[in-house]
Amino acid sequence: MTDRLGVVVSGSLESGVEVKLDGTVSVEDMAVGRYVTIEGQRQRFFGMITDIELGVIDPRFTLTPPDVSDPFVSEVLSGTSTYGILHVLPMLTISGDVANLIEGPQPVKTVPSHFSVVNLASQADVELVFGGEDEKRFYVGTPLDMETKICLDLPELVKRSNGIFGKSGTGKTFLTRILLIGMLQKSAAVNLIFDMHNEYGWAGTSEGGRSVKALKQLFPSKVAVFTLDEESSRRRKVSTDFVVRIGYDEIEPEDMSLLRQTLNLTEPAVEAIYELRRRFGKNWLQQAADMSDSDETRQLIKDMDIHESTFQNLRRGLATINRMPFIAPQAPDNAVTRILEYLDRGINVVLEFGRYTDIIAYILVANLLTRRIYARYRERMEKSMAEDSAKPTPLVITIEEAHRFLNPEVAARTIFGTIAREMRKYNVTLLVIDQRPSGIDAEVMSQMGTKITCLLDNERDVDSVLAGVSGKSALKSVLSRLESKQQALIFGHAVPMPVVIQTREYGSPQSYKEFLTAGKAEGGKQAEKDIEELWG
Amino acid sequence: MRPINSSLIGRVGEIIEASTAGFTAQCYELYELPPLGSLVKTKDGELDIYGIVYHATTGSLEPGRRPIARGKDEATEAAIYQSSPQLSKLLRSEFSALVVGHRAGDSVKQYLPPGPARIHGFVHQCSADEIKEFGRSLAFLNMLVSAHLPVAVDEIVPATLRLMSQSQEDPRGFLVAAGKELAVMLGGQFNQLRAILGRLK
Repeated sequence: MTDRLGVVVSGSLESGVEVKLDGTVSVEDMAVGRYVTIEGQRQRFFGMITDIELGVIDPRFTLTPPDVSDPFVSEVLSGTSTYGILHVLPMLTISGDVANLIEGPQPVKTVPSHFSVVNLASQADVELVFGGEDEKRFYVGTPLDMETKICLDLPELVKRSNGIFGKSGTGKTFLTRILLIGMLQKSAAVNLIFDMHNEYGWAGTSEGGRSVKALKQLFPSKVAVFTLDEESSRRRKVSTDFVVRIGYDEIEPEDMSLLRQTLNLTEPAVEAIYELRRRFGKNWLQQAADMSDSDETRQLIKDMDIHESTFQNLRRGLATINRMPFIAPQAPDNAVTRILEYLDRGINVVLEFGRYTDIIAYILVANLLTRRIYARYRERMEKSMAEDSAKPTPLVITIEEAHRFLNPEVAARTIFGTIAREMRKYNVTLLVIDQRPSGIDAEVMSQMGTKITCLLDNERDVDSVLAGVSGKSALKSVLSRLESKQQALIFGHAVPMPVVIQTREYGSPQSYKEFLTAGKAEGGKQAEKDIEELWG
Repeated sequence: MRPINSSLIGRVGEIIEASTAGFTAQCYELYELPPLGSLVKTKDGELDIYGIVYHATTGSLEPGRRPIARGKDEATEAAIYQSSPQLSKLLRSEFSALVVGHRAGDSVKQYLPPGPARIHGFVHQCSADEIKEFGRSLAFLNMLVSAHLPVAVDEIVPATLRLMSQSQEDPRGFLVAAGKELAVMLGGQFNQLRAILGRLK
């Protein structure tokens, strides 16, 4: 397919080039987000259509429109007096020069010369840019109106924190599930998923209410489901591997300070928590909760320099925590150790929240576990650096409702803020899922390697997702015109240029088969490689 | 519009006035004029000079002597000529053509020949094949559009193209291509373009 569209007539590197459409090409056949190649004199450019415009040679055409009901007149005028203009953002050069052959497509540093011919990109061109499926690249979807597979380089992807954004109901969860499967098969990283709505472990539901298989059903040997709510899991017939209980003594003041907003605690109340910790040690929560309303207590808090009203405020907050059924005075087992055990064996862990979809529970548990896991990773990483031994398996932590953890007020304090900023130094990265990206701290957003975004229509959300991307205004028009389902814009570290994809199918028996076979083929290759290494 | 048929192809007149840009010819027979916009040619040695008929007149042979009405007692128009046979000798038909190209050897050039046509040169109507060959290029349209003629360009151009399209294999395709050429040429003259396109159908 080398359909000629027109010629380049003007433009700049900053704002993209303008292409005058040939008379034979209808503007109505064009689509924003589609790929084109531009045959420059020395280089071939690969770009994306970002806007489509109508032009007339004489402004009087717009004032007294000609009679286009006559096919002859409309045919004569189209392409001459009235014409279409494409705005194309050149992104890459794909010419056959040395740099391109060795390193693949290069970012553009210039624009094509005047009247360079513009063609629709062929399948081969798209494949050249996005690569075919192999042991590292995972097929996530197809470009608009094309059959070519768009593949993400997953080992590259998990080196940095990534984000999946989109309005509610645009397919974030499906996309995440696909991506998690990809990571599980091809990235050599393990996942820890804080699964607020029980969608990733065993089964999820599609928008139409149909049940779809989730990770554990597809890859039983590679996924473990942990749960906070045994009863709910049992009702949903999920085979769980571990029931997470959190002891009072495991909750630290840092875990509470993150909940300040959600629990409606005052600043002094948070200070008081640290004071209580100093006073009572590890068991502070139990002790504080047990304090009766007596003179003795009053004296005690007075000694600690805590104001009466502050203490009441704190007690209300602690009571909310205490009411959570998965918080027990003594935890039977250490959840962190168990999670790490699984992760070390290369088994991905999905933590289901069951009925406790309350955001307080989610923030508390996610933050508490992550802090400890991160600390262990950090220890091991430092140790491995010192001893030059094997580094721990890269870990990707998936969190939903990320703006609650990463909003500007708390991002500096939470562990997630730290992970997002420090990136891969300690082999831990985030996969952030959120519907209000504008609520996420700008610094954290700027550190994300790859962003995958479904439809967003709030101006602030769009701005925050696209902040700092070249060709932002052009991408903005692409982003706001995504279909509300199964379409996503991917840009950043793991793709050579921004790309709009139709996400691959998930949920039919055929799609499960495809996911499984992709994994098997890879496993087979790995086995072959192992054998080769073993026998030299 | 008279169709170009074999009976008309042949000599239509003789040049009585010539300049670089055009020539005027007198018809051998009264009223035997080539149609407006038709392609005619005349020989100048090795050269064939092509012209497009843009104007025609029929009038008295002597400039100062105007014809008078004679049909008061005649029943039909033809009867006037029958009863006064000298009339066809006292009146004459003339037409003017704009030079739009020439043929030197095998190739048709759509630009002016080095010199004007010769007086008494014979003027022929072009055959369908010649018209088809000439119509391969539309560069002559520019000469036609930019010439200052006594008849409006809005009339000449459509008349020429309509006639020329009849000799093409794909008449509509030819008209569309010519229309596009005109749309570019007359980019700033919206009304003229509209008038021409309206007459092309």
